[in-house]
Amino acid sequence: MSSDFFIPDPEGTVPSTEGYFGAYGGKFIPEALVAAVDEVAVEYDKAKSDPAFAAELNELMVNYTGRPSSLTEVPRFAEQAGGARIFLKREDLNHTGSHKINNVLGQALLTKRMGKTRVIAETGAGQHGVATATACALFGLECTIYMGEIDTQRQALNVARMRMLGAEVVAVKSGSRTLKDAINEAFRDWVANVDRTHYLFGTVAGPHPFPAMVRDFHRVIGVEARRQILERAGRLPDAAVACVGGGSNAIGLFHAFIPDTDVRLVGCEPAGHGIETGEHAATLSAGEPGILHGSRSYVLQDEEGQITEPYSISAGLDYPGIGPEHAYLKDSGRGEYRAVTDDAAMQALLLLSRTEGIIPAIESAHALAGALELGKELGKDGLILVNLSGRGDKDMDTAARYFGLYDTDAAVEADASSDNGAAEIQRDTK
Amino acid sequence: MSGNIQLLSDTLERARSENRAALIAYLPAGFPTVDGGIDAVKAVVAGGADVVEVGLPHSDPVLDGPVIQTADDIALRGGVKIADVMRTVREAHAATGAPVLVMTYWNPIDRYGVERFTAELAEAGGAGCILPDLPVQESALWREHAEKHNLATVFVVAPSSKDERLATITAAGSGFVYAASLMGVTGTRESVGAQAQDLVRRTRATTELPVCVGLGVSNAVQAKEVAAFADGVIVGSAFVQRMLDAPDAAAGLEAVRALAGELARGVRRGGDGAGAA
Repeated sequence: MSSDFFIPDPEGTVPSTEGYFGAYGGKFIPEALVAAVDEVAVEYDKAKSDPAFAAELNELMVNYTGRPSSLTEVPRFAEQAGGARIFLKREDLNHTGSHKINNVLGQALLTKRMGKTRVIAETGAGQHGVATATACALFGLECTIYMGEIDTQRQALNVARMRMLGAEVVAVKSGSRTLKDAINEAFRDWVANVDRTHYLFGTVAGPHPFPAMVRDFHRVIGVEARRQILERAGRLPDAAVACVGGGSNAIGLFHAFIPDTDVRLVGCEPAGHGIETGEHAATLSAGEPGILHGSRSYVLQDEEGQITEPYSISAGLDYPGIGPEHAYLKDSGRGEYRAVTDDAAMQALLLLSRTEGIIPAIESAHALAGALELGKELGKDGLILVNLSGRGDKDMDTAARYFGLYDTDAAVEADASSDNGAAEIQRDTK
Repeated sequence: MSGNIQLLSDTLERARSENRAALIAYLPAGFPTVDGGIDAVKAVVAGGADVVEVGLPHSDPVLDGPVIQTADDIALRGGVKIADVMRTVREAHAATGAPVLVMTYWNPIDRYGVERFTAELAEAGGAGCILPDLPVQESALWREHAEKHNLATVFVVAPSSKDERLATITAAGSGFVYAASLMGVTGTRESVGAQAQDLVRRTRATTELPVCVGLGVSNAVQAKEVAAFADGVIVGSAFVQRMLDAPDAAAGLEAVRALAGELARGVRRGGDGAGAA
């Protein structure tokens, strides 16, 4: 088949040789990692122009991941969105249940090319961790996943999945005990074990070349979706909508549409309890430029450059940074970013479940809530494409507690005392 | 007022002329309190440290192991601000006359403003900065302001640094070169690898700057071993650990002063210090 991965870069989307998208990006890394990060860049450049690499990746995407993923129209859901037509790009139907597998398979192949035998990764919701553990099982690589202690509790199912796949899962107890601290710990591991270890970074942040490379592995999402919606709706959408934590599923969807200037690119950030409460992770809406985890982008920080603790009901979006290309798209005006509260996301999650029989991940529900708003703004002639980045199975405990779906309070308490207490975590930590 | 890069160079040169390595001690500002941190700096200089690095604690210290993370946490929860770091530098330098550098991550300085930070550090009597996550290719703006204020830019080199890159780094740096003894984060180690000696040799081939070795050194035996091939021995986590272990502040000060004394004997090559460990 033809490759949806090695497509020409849309104009203005290639970072500078130093890894900058406008003012954002770069390589703010310790000297001990310079050689390893450079090796990734060199090897990725070689892989990009190697037909054998493209062929192997495509074969995996089709026969292992199940690509292309479906495009599903959701008319009953769209009735609540001012009558606009809404299509979902079904990354939730990929093997392992989210878009994360796209990047993981690409980097796992790269790991093999570099002759490294061990992979480390961070994870928030556990989706990147599960995808990484999956690829490591597939390729026979040793695997260690760093996950914030709070996230290991609210995403206990994914911890079990990773261990089932043979990965070591390390619960990180430092800092806010969420995604950012998992990344800190993964960097510490990488510095000490860089000889044989690849850091399989899970989002479009981090030092160059990760933002561009991870994006490239995900842009198959937008390439497929653009073709599919043209076939199905006969035109390009008015808006392409995705949730934004680090920004990988969003950039994957957006990228193919960047030259289509009539298509609005809308990123939905987690507003948590509301930006005004200070309990949120809406980095582009409320942050300012700074350096975190190897690149310059927007970050949530105080006036002295200390990173502030983010909050979201969604573990996968609970991050105080954002990929540098999103910062560039925001400043250039090509991307629009709006904030969606926990409550709005949870209502959208419920609505999609009840109207279409699709239970989305809480992360993706932020994009659905954004689409409901946008639909009302666009009116009944609107056409909206939403990236349904992941499925909601992992979130059932959080959702059951949020909506009171368990039979009895006793069941909730029994479950909570068995160290599975996501509701307590959500409500007590912030 | 002008920064104290010259004092730093003179101090390292004096150690070299005494046929010994310099002892460089790291302590985080604001740990266990701002005043307690200042007292700790005075104690390590009294014990025999030649140069002091004051840490500006950061919320995300990706290059630090658990000991310094713990100290940073205590300092940040105590509300330490950049103004407190400047006061630590000022009072420590004024009281001891020793050159005092700041070690931190890049974001606090980027956010605070490079000109404002370098001007204030020079005014406080600081000698320079070590910024381990600011690689040489991103450092032009920092160096411009550091030079203007006579502050040293101490770059870190690692065992993985290739020779060509070492030359680029040392050409841009000043004061001294911080050679990481091993691939890893801060913290004490059982042994300091042979990698360190090789790195010092390769670094020396590119520069006249003194080459000082850090990461993992915690006792007089290791200090003596490193002093045999390096111009300076950098110790951080071992001091912090002594303070964390101490039952009270006074005991902590006595413990770091004693450790500085042991290490200072260790860096005198051929001295009898090794037995003290």
